[in-house]
Amino acid sequence: MKHVIELKVNGDTVQVAVDPWRTLNEVLREDLNLTGTKLGCGTGDCGACTVLLDGRSVSSCLTLAVEAAGRDIRTVEGLAPSGEELHPIQEAFIEEGAIQCGFCTAGMELAAKHLLDTNPSPAEPEIRAALSGNLCRCTGYDKIVVAVASAAKKMKKK
Amino acid sequence: MSVARYRYFAPTSLDEAISLLQAQGKGAVLLAGGTDLLLRIRAGFIQPTAVIGLKRIAGLNRIAWDTKRGLTIGATALLSEVAEHPAIKRRYPALVDAALATANVQVRNMGTVVGNLCNASPCADNVPTLVAMGAEAVVMGSDGEKRIPLGTFHTGPGKTALEPGTLVTAIQVPPPPGGSGAAYRNISARSRVDMSAAGAGAYVEMNGGTCSDVRIVMGSVGPTPLRARRAESMLKGVKPTAALIEKTGQAAAKESKPISDVRASAYWRKQVVAALVSRALTGAFQQARKG
Repeated sequence: MKHVIELKVNGDTVQVAVDPWRTLNEVLREDLNLTGTKLGCGTGDCGACTVLLDGRSVSSCLTLAVEAAGRDIRTVEGLAPSGEELHPIQEAFIEEGAIQCGFCTAGMELAAKHLLDTNPSPAEPEIRAALSGNLCRCTGYDKIVVAVASAAKKMKKK
Repeated sequence: MSVARYRYFAPTSLDEAISLLQAQGKGAVLLAGGTDLLLRIRAGFIQPTAVIGLKRIAGLNRIAWDTKRGLTIGATALLSEVAEHPAIKRRYPALVDAALATANVQVRNMGTVVGNLCNASPCADNVPTLVAMGAEAVVMGSDGEKRIPLGTFHTGPGKTALEPGTLVTAIQVPPPPGGSGAAYRNISARSRVDMSAAGAGAYVEMNGGTCSDVRIVMGSVGPTPLRARRAESMLKGVKPTAALIEKTGQAAAKESKPISDVRASAYWRKQVVAALVSRALTGAFQQARKG
């Protein structure tokens, strides 16, 4: 039996009818066409599917859509404040060359957002620990860590 | 991949959850954080007919501290909420270490300590320290509430002493007496990404330079978390020197019953758990001397 639920995604409330075995990742990507959120391992190990749920980073592949009903969901599509402007985290990722294939980027940026919202001046080991649930197969992580540190500085200036 | 098709319920009270659990019978499973349950459903390891989500039950995520009853960790309190809680940081730092040793940030933002307990995996990171500290599970069923000491909660891999139609509403940890300390140490082959290949929780009480009480609990080296009682007896009533702590670790390893699996060999686990027990004891004694 389908459940009719309200999902609050990036500030918009949408009504969807979902089977209770479908994940938030499937509903975001397939029903709402928000394909910025990726699906990697599907087992909560790689972090490519990371979204923010009530401000905390979670794996959307291990979250049932029905369980996300009524809660505040933020995806990479909601990170930038407008169509013209990028979020400081996104700017920093571009400037520092922290993107190669891009598959891990959305998850990395949301994991970084969760970190910087709770700890605006993280030390390098704290950045590494905060990104430990996000795998990147291209960059070797150094540039991503540098980008998050740079984003922290940008966000403090604002 | 064919995923089980089940009915989903989101009760808003404990009574409703318990009646659902009983009405839905054998095929019903409880969903707290879901990080382990959804994995098993999606891999086809289990085919539940009903999933009962617990997150809409108000107050079930409560974390509370008081000097008489000690610490209460509600069934839906997140691992990250436990790790961040000021009273737990101050009075139960070993529980913070164990929570932070569990999986990665995202999983800690979804998963719960009670879920970690109820899945009854022998490698559950939060269990050894809780058992060592004398914690109990608060269990609710249609005929009321009862308590199960965590030392007897696990009966085998994935098996618990919970009766059908009952659920764990919280874990209670006694208030730590003055001169006590606890610690958790674990190791895995791939740091955050993998589950622990071995772990050890230790709880000690010091009285005038001698160890008056000690409990050692090992994880991932047996079908359930294992008490190392013979090793404990080596420390009771004596001064805990570094040499004795090392010997106690080796004695504890002799009481372990590890298997070889994808994460580590039985031989390796036995060697490593000796060191982990010594390190957990050292950490616990350090804390006991401070407090």
